[in-house]
Amino acid sequence: MTGFWNIFGIWAAALLTIGIVSFLYRDNPVYKFCEALFVGISAGYWFVSLYYQNLLPKLFDNLGFTKMLGFSQDDGALQLAFRGQYDVRIWYILAGVLAIMMLLRLVPKVGWISRWPLAVVVGSTAGLYMITYFQSNFLSQLQNTVIPLVDMGRIKGLEGLASGELTADRFFAAYLGNLVLIVGTLTGLVYFYFSKEHKGALGSAAKIGIYFLMITFGASFGYTVMSRMSLLIARLYFLFGDWLGII
Amino acid sequence: MQRLFQILLAIDRRIIFLVIFLALSVPIFLHLKIDIDVTREVQIFYDAIEALPTGSRVLVSCDYDPGSEPELQPMAETGFRQMIKDHIKFAIMGLWPQGPMQANKALAKINEVREGFIVENGDTLAFGRDLIVVGPDTIRYGRDFINLGFQAGNELVIQRMGSSVAAAFPNDARYGRPIETYPIMNGLNKLSDFDFIYNLSAGYPGTVEWVQFAVDRFHVPCGAGNTAVQAPQVYPYLDTGQLTGLMGGMKGGAEYEKLTGFKAKATMAMVSQTAAHIFVVLFIVIGNLAYFMTRGKGQRKGLS
Amino acid sequence: MKREIPLMLTAIIGLTFFVQFFVPHRPMGFLTDMFSDWFSIIAAAAIWLGALNLLRVSLEKIYKKDRDWFFAAVTIASFLLIVIIGFFFSSGRSFQEPGTKFDWLYINIYTPLMATMFALLAFFVASASYRAFRARNAQATVLLLAAFVVMLGRTPFGDWLSSLVFLPKGWGISNLSNIVMNYFNVAGQRAIMIGIALGTVSTSLRIILGIERTYLGGD
Repeated sequence: MTGFWNIFGIWAAALLTIGIVSFLYRDNPVYKFCEALFVGISAGYWFVSLYYQNLLPKLFDNLGFTKMLGFSQDDGALQLAFRGQYDVRIWYILAGVLAIMMLLRLVPKVGWISRWPLAVVVGSTAGLYMITYFQSNFLSQLQNTVIPLVDMGRIKGLEGLASGELTADRFFAAYLGNLVLIVGTLTGLVYFYFSKEHKGALGSAAKIGIYFLMITFGASFGYTVMSRMSLLIARLYFLFGDWLGII
Repeated sequence: MQRLFQILLAIDRRIIFLVIFLALSVPIFLHLKIDIDVTREVQIFYDAIEALPTGSRVLVSCDYDPGSEPELQPMAETGFRQMIKDHIKFAIMGLWPQGPMQANKALAKINEVREGFIVENGDTLAFGRDLIVVGPDTIRYGRDFINLGFQAGNELVIQRMGSSVAAAFPNDARYGRPIETYPIMNGLNKLSDFDFIYNLSAGYPGTVEWVQFAVDRFHVPCGAGNTAVQAPQVYPYLDTGQLTGLMGGMKGGAEYEKLTGFKAKATMAMVSQTAAHIFVVLFIVIGNLAYFMTRGKGQRKGLS
Repeated sequence: MKREIPLMLTAIIGLTFFVQFFVPHRPMGFLTDMFSDWFSIIAAAAIWLGALNLLRVSLEKIYKKDRDWFFAAVTIASFLLIVIIGFFFSSGRSFQEPGTKFDWLYINIYTPLMATMFALLAFFVASASYRAFRARNAQATVLLLAAFVVMLGRTPFGDWLSSLVFLPKGWGISNLSNIVMNYFNVAGQRAIMIGIALGTVSTSLRIILGIERTYLGGD
């Protein structure tokens, strides 16, 4: 791209940035224009990406439509089928049919047919999640909660550390870390157990659990602030650096 | 005093916006240097990449869009630098369509020779496109790195890669040729043939799916860079060892830059980041102070 | 049959994916590979559906001359612009390579719009922190204190504050934030993760068995 288009691009990016930021003052037509532009460009981006990276190689190339139309030299499943040869890629025909069914949702009268490809999606996800969530998010996590209350290996590892090397992290990890993990996980789980009223011992455990969860949410909030501020800092660097050139 | 707190409570939010704008802008012009401590989780990730032998093959999954670029792009650039320096080959892919394009941007950013070409064995190789030069090292598309592109399907793409990478990604994203024609893909038939997975994630699909499928199912070690919003949620995976290292947010990127010795955007932005955190803490403290001092003294007025 | 066939498809495909964890060989391996490929293509079609539906809704707005119909026209125009450039003016399959017109649109139009949309959140989070974040009870106070520790501990300012109150190096706010993230946060997140995992497993089972049918919508 030529130098003119580079400069034009930076100015376009800067003006669009300012157009979006104008919303902070109040809603206005410039912001609405930028928003509508974003929605259209975003939808078009996905449209083009999915065609070239997904539908074209996986469906049209594999079935042989691109060769039929003269855009490719490689045989697809249909060319082989016409020659009497079986190619496993012929099953992509069903995928193509399901894709068309999905698009028919746009037609109200036959929109119900989109339930079939939806069933494929929902069934695939349900079957996978039943095992993966159980294995990764339940069993593995539980396994790392059933740990000794105190980590003797880490305590022994603290011996001989000069006072400058003994940090709060290492001290906590040795003496209190496992205890916090066990108590925090169990009481947090107790809090989410709603089949019995939170009274007595259960209630006390749930109360402790809430405090652990509040610390979790506080940490999440702190990180969320960090994340959002980073995004703004980057835009400021663009405006002051790439556009205005004053840093 | 009461009057002051009442005014503070009723302040127009556009004043707050202006204060934040100034708080983040002023440090940019001060060019201050800031010292960053490296956390254990970033060190683990860096050490994992350093421990890979020369010629190892890493799958770089860029699962983010421009909305998360400030946090994850520095990690991508630094990761590519480290892998190029250590002569590690990498294959780029994305579960988000923008991911592979973000990877292209990262490579373009770190590339030091932007124009010119060489002819090798009848092939014309353009700098910046087929050849990336970083310091003394030059990597070549198709031999040292490849861009597999994006596939829709979320975690089922990972599942499919488990049995065949070529079935999941028939063609490469750059030239649209079958990936088996590229030398880097020799011996990389399925996901478990990769030595490491470097995941940059901004949400779903992302690190959680890579842990569930690639790590727990196909036993490929995975290290991740996450946006700060997502990072707290994946710490349990770090604790169990399902994740080999974690970089969270721009701070994580800055720590990674420090470890690799190349301080860039994330490090520069930490000054403004520090100012932002200070001001948010101040806002919360002042807001609470004003609230408790005026509680029961009347309605808050004029919230806009 | 409008509901029965989808329910059967869900059950068969769901069971196939479930069983293949235990029997990865033929025919289960072949079937799951095939269904995974179908999923990828259906997912692409679903996103195309979304894009085409956006066009339909925008065209309706223009046709009915709704309020803000001009912006619906902008949406359609920008959609057509990037689609035409992507399909006809950007080197075909190498459409997203640096230097193409599609790449130019991505870097100079799409990226700044999206990045700035998200950057606005910084202002709103600051405003919300000031106006809504109140330590009304002990639990909210604990949440706030944890947020303070993490926000300050993740920057060098936290260490500077620690030195002001004469805390030795290694025993400051940044170390406290590491403890919060690696222990307290892990404990809470783990509890949530386990709860969600149990819910997901039971919901998945209900979907496969056809007890949960809300995804099919109404008749």
